[in-house]
Amino acid sequence: MKTIYMDHSATTPVDPRVFDAIIPYYNDVFGNASSVHTPGQKARQAVEDARDKVAALIKATPQEIIFTGGGTEADNQALIGYMQANAHRGKHIITSAIEHHAVLDTCEYLHKQGYDLTVLPVNPLGVVEPQVLKDAMREDTVLVSIMHANNEIGTIEPIKELAAVAHEGGAVFHTDAVQSFGKLDINVREMGIDMLSASAHKLYGPKGIGCLYVNKKIRLAKLLHGGAQERNRRAGTENVPAIVGFGVAAELAGENRLESQARLSELGVRLQNGILERVPHSRLTGHPTLRLPGSVSVCFEFVEGESVLLMLDSYGIAASSGSACTSGSLDPSHVLLAIGLPHVIAHGSLRLTLGHSNTEEDVEYVLDIIPKVVKSLRKMSPLYKDAGGVA
Amino acid sequence: MMYSQKVMDHFMNPRNIGEIKMADGIGEVGNPVCGDIMHIEIKVEDNIIQDVKFKTFGCAAAIATSSMVTEMVKGRTLEEAERITNRTVAEALDGLPPVKMHCSNLAADALHEAIKDYMKRQQA
Repeated sequence: MKTIYMDHSATTPVDPRVFDAIIPYYNDVFGNASSVHTPGQKARQAVEDARDKVAALIKATPQEIIFTGGGTEADNQALIGYMQANAHRGKHIITSAIEHHAVLDTCEYLHKQGYDLTVLPVNPLGVVEPQVLKDAMREDTVLVSIMHANNEIGTIEPIKELAAVAHEGGAVFHTDAVQSFGKLDINVREMGIDMLSASAHKLYGPKGIGCLYVNKKIRLAKLLHGGAQERNRRAGTENVPAIVGFGVAAELAGENRLESQARLSELGVRLQNGILERVPHSRLTGHPTLRLPGSVSVCFEFVEGESVLLMLDSYGIAASSGSACTSGSLDPSHVLLAIGLPHVIAHGSLRLTLGHSNTEEDVEYVLDIIPKVVKSLRKMSPLYKDAGGVA
Repeated sequence: MMYSQKVMDHFMNPRNIGEIKMADGIGEVGNPVCGDIMHIEIKVEDNIIQDVKFKTFGCAAAIATSSMVTEMVKGRTLEEAERITNRTVAEALDGLPPVKMHCSNLAADALHEAIKDYMKRQQA
């Protein structure tokens, strides 16, 4: 059976061109990028070429890019590193209720270390309203961290406006752009972004590599101590093959962005509308239009998400859900609860995120299967009967 | 795979879904907030569970345990049915992932509620 992979917000396959570019750096060009000899300097050159490509994608300068071991490390480095280096300026951090756990849990950690924390609510579409941020700003607010696009519901946040509010109040602005990097147009200068986290494996690059963009006027404390790599900002021998892969993935994402996003956007809308038309008692979550291209998130009443996922999997369809059973806790996703969904609705969430491999035929196939799966689960749901549904 | 083959079999091909016309006992446990509701109906004749049906809202473990308990109890006496526990249902399915043992393993409880309901009706 063919696998129809519609979970690209979780991770993506490595692009064959990225794969080919990486391989020589495991053997032919294996040098340590800190070494003075020729093999080392070849590796150094590859790292710096990749840095140029990553920086170009967001209109940053190469010196402002720190390679990290992924998006989570970038978030930790940005938040902990900034607060530790700038605690004398103030102790108040502001973030939002729909952040990825890499940001939320790091903020909670800082809170336990004695920093003040405000977690902003979002509106029912998942938008952090600039006025809400404005009202939360205090004299001692030094850091605001709001994600660019949400991983579960796809909503794109008004980053430029939010950054402006943060700056008016004298705070710096960090954004977790793990989902949007390479997909949405990002210009850190124009948008007023002071720090930005990204990850390669969301854009057809390898896992275990990401970056933090840090505006050159900002000082950070180090998270990892040791060697003087990354201009003395991140210790540890550079993961040269992964960095090379990140660079090529970023370059390809930049070249194909407009074409690819137009295609995914169209497929996503078709999938989204098809589901809402064909499945009664279903609803879209997130913003109807200001959302990541190709990101479809819905809730089906009277059924539970994990059951939906396993049945879809039996038809070869790979998707994800924010139900409690898939979160590993007893509560459904904090994002779905933050947009005001009752628990029982949030348990029935389904996320389909499209990518390069998906075709119109895939969308039609999935649109054919989903109503069947939901129907068969509703047939055994006591809630469906209570709601007057016909089994 | 996080689930045993038996769990997947009972999830993909659940036994005894539905309701019983003029059921003798009805039991329901769980709540929609935690994401699991199990509803079991029984038909009893001469102290024996002649028929049993279920409806469940929940994850694969919730559906599979419901299906399994109906299979285990059909044709059994009420006393035998009362001895079935959530643990024995899980064992019959070759186990459940640890995280599922508490939240989604309530099928025997639903069965016991149905038997209780039957007893109450007999007394009335």
